Amino acid sequence: MALLEVEALTKRYGTETLALNDITFDIQPGEFVVIIGPSGAGKSTLLRCVNRLIDISSGDLRFDGLSVPSLRGRALRRHRTQIGMIFQHYNLVNRLSVMENVLHGRLGYKGLVQGILGLYTAEEKRDAVRIIESLGLSEQSYKRCDQLSGGQKQRVGIARALVQKPKMLLCDEPIASLDPNAAKIIMDTLREINRETGITVLVNLHQVDVALRYASRIIGIKQGTVVYDGHPDRLTSAQIHHIYGSEAGDLILDLSERYAV
Amino acid sequence: MQSDIFQLRRRQAALFFGILAVLTYGAMLITEYSAIEGLVAIPEAAIWATRNFIPDGEAFERLPRILDKLFETVLMSVAAATLASAFGLAMAIMGANTTRLHPWLSLLARGIASVFRNIDVAAWALILLFSFGQSAYTGFFALFFVTFGFIVRVMIETIDEVSTESVEALRATGAGYLATISQSIIPACLPQLISWVLYMIETNIRSATLVGILTGTGIGFLFDLYFKSFNYSSASLVVLVIVVAVLLVESLSNLIRRAIL
Repeated sequence: MALLEVEALTKRYGTETLALNDITFDIQPGEFVVIIGPSGAGKSTLLRCVNRLIDISSGDLRFDGLSVPSLRGRALRRHRTQIGMIFQHYNLVNRLSVMENVLHGRLGYKGLVQGILGLYTAEEKRDAVRIIESLGLSEQSYKRCDQLSGGQKQRVGIARALVQKPKMLLCDEPIASLDPNAAKIIMDTLREINRETGITVLVNLHQVDVALRYASRIIGIKQGTVVYDGHPDRLTSAQIHHIYGSEAGDLILDLSERYAV
Repeated sequence: MQSDIFQLRRRQAALFFGILAVLTYGAMLITEYSAIEGLVAIPEAAIWATRNFIPDGEAFERLPRILDKLFETVLMSVAAATLASAFGLAMAIMGANTTRLHPWLSLLARGIASVFRNIDVAAWALILLFSFGQSAYTGFFALFFVTFGFIVRVMIETIDEVSTESVEALRATGAGYLATISQSIIPACLPQLISWVLYMIETNIRSATLVGILTGTGIGFLFDLYFKSFNYSSASLVVLVIVVAVLLVESLSNLIRRAIL
């Protein structure tokens, strides 16, 4: 059974602007799907519809068999705990330590008082320590996040998502603010998580070459509609140019290297 | 032509000073003010002031009473500032775009804060005189209202500036509304909040003097009393004591700021 089923999903802002138009696709458990497309195509909106940070205008979106558009209150919170999210700007509380930020991932499971006071069980803390260690951040555990580098901050973001014990990771431009070296570490980490724990990964990316290297499947979005959905090997240079609406040769792209690996 | 621009600037400056001179001369004619008499009066005024306003032995005998009233005024300023900040933070959370529950509620919160802020502290004291008469409550509430309006405004800006991203991340983990506020907004905004509370304590001590004159309480009342009974040396001691108190509080709050930021 598909983990995520998107059916005729539409998102409208006001009456005029159509951000997402009749989007349909399924994602199977364990897939590594990359969404590519130009800025403003609706990639971020699509990701935020999955965990309902943005309300859906029409169409259906089922996660693990559960219909998402109508979720409210506690049910919506429970749905969100199943999905970890990683952001371009890391979205950490910079004045808090790595440990505290990672434990924020458990807040979705908390009742009112525990949540407000930030009370975590010993097991949750052990889990957090283990995840922080596996991402190579042990030495930074009690440092404040504003003392970390971009790549380290993003790993804290990943740890916060993993501590939720999610079925799926949504990554919104996870490497857009990172240097190439840190970007490679983050993408390798995501692939490793996908392969070793079987968590499904859905990533928005600007960089086509990175998408081709890591994705098990690519979805191309242009002006709110899906224009490509399939294996990265079948994505031709002409199709990429169609997605980005550019003239052939305008894109900084080297397709030859994908056959080298 | 470059010289034209310089010529234009010179002509604009000449015009500006010309208008200024005409306005000044016109105002002097209408009010029958003589510049020469005004200047001649300055040394005489200085001599009179030094003779009457230097605190004498009699004034220093009153020092314990003055310090007692000063202490009362400082405590009232601190109480008004801290209590108003607690309420102000709650109202700011209602008003900030990141955390508002409903757009209309946000507009209401901003409107209320704007009314409280834009009525001057002296005007508040006069309005409240009707309800509370000449008591410490009048002064307290006048300071409270103005601090409240100010804190709401600056904290709305701080919340939207500092915590929009981390709030999104916590919502994505499924955290509840109150847990998001206590775990993300409060830690992110706390240094700024404390800094503004300290600033309002300083401001309140300064305005408390004026409010005291109007409401007949605290150190302001003492100043008014001495001044109106021609006891200028004691009145000037009151002013000196206030200046010293403000300087002390200011340096203390600067120390605290440096420690927390």
